[in-house]
Amino acid sequence: MPPAVWVKHLQVSYGKQPVLRDISFEVPEGAFFIIIGPNSSGKTTLLKAMAGVLKPRQGQVEIWGTSVRQYGRKALAQMVAAVPQRAPSDIQFTVQELVLMGRSPHMGWLGLEKPQDLELAREAMAITDVTHLARRPLQQLSGGELQRVIIARALCQQPRLLLLDEPTAALDPAHQVNIMDLMAQLKAERGLTVVMVSHDLNLAAMYGDQLLLLKEGQRISSGTPKEVLTYEQLEQAYGCALLVDENPLGKVPRVSLVPRRFLHP
Amino acid sequence: MSWSRLPLGRRLLWVAILGGVLLAFSLALGMCLGSTPAGWRRNLAAFLGRSGPEDILTTIIWRLRGPRVLLAGLVGATLSLGGLVFQALLRNPLADPYILGISGGAAVGAILGLLVGWAPFPGVALLAFLGSMSTLMLVLVITAGESGTRKGSLLLSGVMVNAFCSAVIMFLLSITQDTRLPNILYWLMGDLSMSAPDRATVLLYVLLPCFLVILFLARPLNLLLLGEETAMYLGLNVAAASRLLLLVTSLMVSLVVCQSGLVGFVGLVVPHLFRLLLGPDHRVLIPACLLGGGSYLILCDLLSRVLPSQGEMPVGVVTAMVGAPLFIFLLMRSR
Repeated sequence: MPPAVWVKHLQVSYGKQPVLRDISFEVPEGAFFIIIGPNSSGKTTLLKAMAGVLKPRQGQVEIWGTSVRQYGRKALAQMVAAVPQRAPSDIQFTVQELVLMGRSPHMGWLGLEKPQDLELAREAMAITDVTHLARRPLQQLSGGELQRVIIARALCQQPRLLLLDEPTAALDPAHQVNIMDLMAQLKAERGLTVVMVSHDLNLAAMYGDQLLLLKEGQRISSGTPKEVLTYEQLEQAYGCALLVDENPLGKVPRVSLVPRRFLHP
Repeated sequence: MSWSRLPLGRRLLWVAILGGVLLAFSLALGMCLGSTPAGWRRNLAAFLGRSGPEDILTTIIWRLRGPRVLLAGLVGATLSLGGLVFQALLRNPLADPYILGISGGAAVGAILGLLVGWAPFPGVALLAFLGSMSTLMLVLVITAGESGTRKGSLLLSGVMVNAFCSAVIMFLLSITQDTRLPNILYWLMGDLSMSAPDRATVLLYVLLPCFLVILFLARPLNLLLLGEETAMYLGLNVAAASRLLLLVTSLMVSLVVCQSGLVGFVGLVVPHLFRLLLGPDHRVLIPACLLGGGSYLILCDLLSRVLPSQGEMPVGVVTAMVGAPLFIFLLMRSR
């Protein structure tokens, strides 16, 4: 059984500017894999390359043993769903219409949805807690609501692999926990493979099975949260001192910011 | 808004019924009203051919008004659909069917044809078609090979090529001093009077497959509204779908332009009108634009024939004079 994602010597550049330099790693099926790293370290680019919307300069990404660029877009979308970082805000569709569009890769060429598509959309809206917004136009939603609707659309796609780009960035703590718990639950119950880009090191520590720490397009470290979230490696990646101790909730690391006045009293 | 709660099938049914009735009503009015007045019994008899084969009214209805009404319907439907597609494809609400330089190229071609003194058909029409196709190809060649920012530069190149063509048109008009000038101006304002039965029928056979292709691309058009990246995540081959839409739409708009000149405003406003009324779903908007846009131009053409006591006025005048206030009214009401 090939891994869900197998990134092999991936190099991506925008024009002449290299963004990813020779990245290789594997994501086993059913893993909760979280990519962390400072701003402009290539996290989003890596996710886009995994979704097959960026053409690598060298190397390749294999999804279940086949190169992403060999899949047709429709065949790929039947297995892989993605939640991009920012959604356009000028869309006039209602929440339910947008969530239903998640069924697109499974529809025939007439593009008409069947009753079971509507059922799946209702289920996706229920588990992301947006059912009460179903008839609202997207333009009227808050940032957090929109984010949950887009996750609902991705779940409605019934993917085996879900790629998320900072899905909790606009959410309050309650919805952050809800979304992350939901991902963990889908992973446990349905065997969904989740790859997520996150800025939140503690979220990564608490939910990730495996982390990948990037800096300037290169891998600093990868492995379990305990292996990756060490003082030395974090300082190397972020260039600042961070306090790492053990989270009292479980045996995972906890990372805290260290204000300068605590360093030099 | 209860309309958006209706399931898709129900919405389509309503659009088909109301649009069908509107189109039938417009066709009937367009064929029975004109500079030769007659009572409705007389009209009905002539329409059904009961007045005998030599009847003058039967001839007028079927040989003169019929083709013209058919042409008006086809032009209206094509321009509305073209505007709808370009507005979605370029994600720009100001896009109209002429946006990629089709109008400018066609006008230069047509004016050259008229200046040389060719017959309106096939000479002038052919030159107009060649003109629009060459400007379109120019725009596509300029923007070829760009990926991410393609829409912005596509739009800009189209506007620039059109601007250049306008300059050429002005130049040609300024050196034309004789009786051909009114003909040219009339063509520029949109003219449906050059229709002949066979030409409208040929146009019908060419346009129907184009309409069908676009109808089947309704769901991809919806996905394109979400942005290229998201459309790809949802399984759409964005490059292929955009190319197909661009080609089919440009082809049918060019064909229409070379038949009828530049009928303004329909392609810009009819799609917006229906988007205000029916929401953003292209599976509903495409049939609505076909039926509604066709009816709209038939009725505007009727006004342009009937209103002036002598002769006709350009149909483009009517489309804008009726459409702009209607649109502003709907826009204000929707706020």
